[in-house]
Amino acid sequence: MSATADEIIPYTVKPRPDTGLFNAKMGIWLFLSSEVMLFGALFSTYIILRIGAEHWPRGATILNVPIGTLNTIVLITSSVTMVLAWAALRQNSLKKFRILLGSTILCAFIFLFIKTFEYGAKFEHGLFPKYSTYMAIYFTLTGLHALHVIGGIIVNSYLLGPGTKMWYSDPERFTNRIEIAGVYWHFVDLVWIFLFPVLYLL
Amino acid sequence: MSHAHSHFDELPFWRKYIFSTDHKIIGIQYGLTGLFFLLFGFCLMMLMRWQLAYPGQPLPIIGHLFGEERMPGGVMLPEFYNQLGAMHGTIMVFLGIVPLVFAAFGNYVVPLQIGAPDMAFPKINMTSYWLYYIGGIIMLVSFFVPGGAAAAGWTSYTPLADIATMGQTLWIIGMVFIINSSLLGAINFIATIFQLRAPGMNFMRLPFFVWSELITAFLLLLAFPPLEAAAVLQFMDRIAKTSFFLPSGLVVSGQPLSVSGGGSVLLWQHLFWFLGHPEVYVLILPAFGIIAEIIANNIRKPLWGYKSMVYSVITIGFLSFIVWAHHMFLTGMGTAISAFFQATTMIISIPSVIILTALFLSLWGGSIRINVPMLFALAFLPMFGIGGLTGLPLGLSVSDIPLHDTYYVIGHFHYIVAPGTIFALFAGIYYWFPKITGRQMNEFLGKIHFWPSLVCMNFIFFPMMIQGLAGVSRRLYDGGASYTFAPKILELNVLISFAAWILALAQISFIINFFWSLFRGKKVQTDNPWEATTLEWAAPSPPPHGNFEVVPHVYRGPYEYSVPGATKDFTPQYQETI
Ligand code: HEM
Ligand SMILES: [Cu+2]
Repeated sequence: MSATADEIIPYTVKPRPDTGLFNAKMGIWLFLSSEVMLFGALFSTYIILRIGAEHWPRGATILNVPIGTLNTIVLITSSVTMVLAWAALRQNSLKKFRILLGSTILCAFIFLFIKTFEYGAKFEHGLFPKYSTYMAIYFTLTGLHALHVIGGIIVNSYLLGPGTKMWYSDPERFTNRIEIAGVYWHFVDLVWIFLFPVLYLL
Repeated sequence: MSHAHSHFDELPFWRKYIFSTDHKIIGIQYGLTGLFFLLFGFCLMMLMRWQLAYPGQPLPIIGHLFGEERMPGGVMLPEFYNQLGAMHGTIMVFLGIVPLVFAAFGNYVVPLQIGAPDMAFPKINMTSYWLYYIGGIIMLVSFFVPGGAAAAGWTSYTPLADIATMGQTLWIIGMVFIINSSLLGAINFIATIFQLRAPGMNFMRLPFFVWSELITAFLLLLAFPPLEAAAVLQFMDRIAKTSFFLPSGLVVSGQPLSVSGGGSVLLWQHLFWFLGHPEVYVLILPAFGIIAEIIANNIRKPLWGYKSMVYSVITIGFLSFIVWAHHMFLTGMGTAISAFFQATTMIISIPSVIILTALFLSLWGGSIRINVPMLFALAFLPMFGIGGLTGLPLGLSVSDIPLHDTYYVIGHFHYIVAPGTIFALFAGIYYWFPKITGRQMNEFLGKIHFWPSLVCMNFIFFPMMIQGLAGVSRRLYDGGASYTFAPKILELNVLISFAAWILALAQISFIINFFWSLFRGKKVQTDNPWEATTLEWAAPSPPPHGNFEVVPHVYRGPYEYSVPGATKDFTPQYQETI
């Protein structure tokens, strides 16, 4: 059943000498370049709308900056545990890996929990996306980012759960997978690091 | 490898042919689905052509089938015409041409041409096809929701699209599926071409088709996300009642719209055309690639200027990201911006001209072999030439101002996509059919397909340009009948429509040929019936799972035909000595 083309495709694990990458690593960087274009377009939208607006509220007057800061710290922590999880695998320590990847997922949940709380507080005050252009872009950008966080949770949970099987059959490939998932997760983190000042502080 | 092969044979039917991860099966799936949508989009257009030739007259025989809300008494309602127009454009571009020319041919041919066993990510490849399939279904279903399908043009300009009926929401959702399908496909193609080239296949030995697919993949990868962003914003406008694209003080049907306002109408156009322009190169670059393969094969000598063609296609790739606003000269975005985009537009025409010239000059002094693929390829050159040259006046704002949104534009770009890209598609099907099926298509039926198609295409699209120069606007429900200025010009509508219907008849010989050849066509005697040089012809016909019995080695460039001193007039890339 598992004898798909996988077995005959070269460079799934070892890097190709002339490009220096294994397939999935090239894949994830290409994917991230398209993500950069996606968020790039949305940030451009933000700039264009803000330049064209008669008045634009300062983020801090509407949003809760301390909570935003807390969330930033939570996400950065999750990025750190993600790298450490990968490093643990490189040191052959599956147990440490499990704890660290588990913490990454936990942080992601905490992030979403705090975000939900923030959304709820806005809704209570009647601040829906349709209230103003600022609220519209706030909800769209953070909502899309939250979708990316959820995507990360799904991938990481798979790797922590059923995906770990691969560690016993092909440890190098499994380590690669964690690296790839990590690259994605850092990107999600990075997007937030742009979103936070743009929406909360400026 | 033989292990994987035998294992594959044991897979159940649905894994082997339906949820397959084999690039060849996926290529065929893309091909059949794409051909279906091409035909469907063509049928929508034939309905429109009836209305344009005979405005307000009931459509005979089948008119009443469309129901009272679309064609009461067989007479087309304006709302339905708009749906047909928007969906013809959307379906042709996103569900017909791109999946065929980029994904179908790309999937089947690229791994073979670079000597790879499959695509780099077979499961993602399968996902990509099924996302496309779902997107297509959503587009089809949208015809049956209240208010019908999207009717704001394939460009979905706001604010119209923001306040349109439910079909527009489905258009957005369908587009998101299609966009993600293309993104996954693009990643896969780039990774495959970089990572899975056979030993010896360096970049300057890649067949031109592979180059064109590579650049196309980059265009899709980087240009589609902004449209996805735009789609999300339009979705928010429609569902969450935001005002990204709704300016303050908008009045609709005499009623002020109760929204927060403050949005920008131009923003949609910028985001749309940031994709839209690269998209036209997505439609044409793989066609260039197919045509180059076929021409090289049939002139029996190397392509003239392979290297300059490669550099040109790379240049097009870069420049196509900075020309988009030539679609927006009339929006009042300002003369300085217009000047910039006119300049870039004129510059980008240079590499296209280089490619076309190289292909033309390649013919010079060749002992040209005429067969059906070559006929289509030869016709492609002047047809694309007309399409390209008529585009120049649209790239300069002085001449675009009177021409914008007239039938001249419709004529211009259809010359590129219809007798251009579609001819390349047919050429490719006739050319690679023996590799895919092990059988040849019938030459005689092929010629019956080719000649009327060539004639009809010109009778359809040339008169459109004449109408446009006389000032007839596009997207008119009555084709301009309510204008007083041009009754003579409008008579051409009847001619155009008849040519379109005859064009449809000519396709019947293709359909017969396709199915007949599939089961009864002449079996090919060798794996390389065209005596070609590229790697796909080294594989069995059809190639087994994993493609090659032994990993091929590449020793030379892609088009070594008639090498002096060689025993045969072609020296394949996988052949070590001449
Ligand atoms: C080969 C036969 C074809 C014919 C006779 C045909 C005919 C037409 C006509 C008459 C219109 C103008 C409708 C109007 O302005 O009201 C139109 C629009 C359009 N067509 Fe085609 N078409 C053909 C093939 C294609 C192909 C292959 C493509 C795509 C790649 C395509 C893409 C479009 C687009 C994008 C529009 C603009 C739709 C809009 O106004 O939003 N067509 N076509
Ligand atoms: Cu353009």
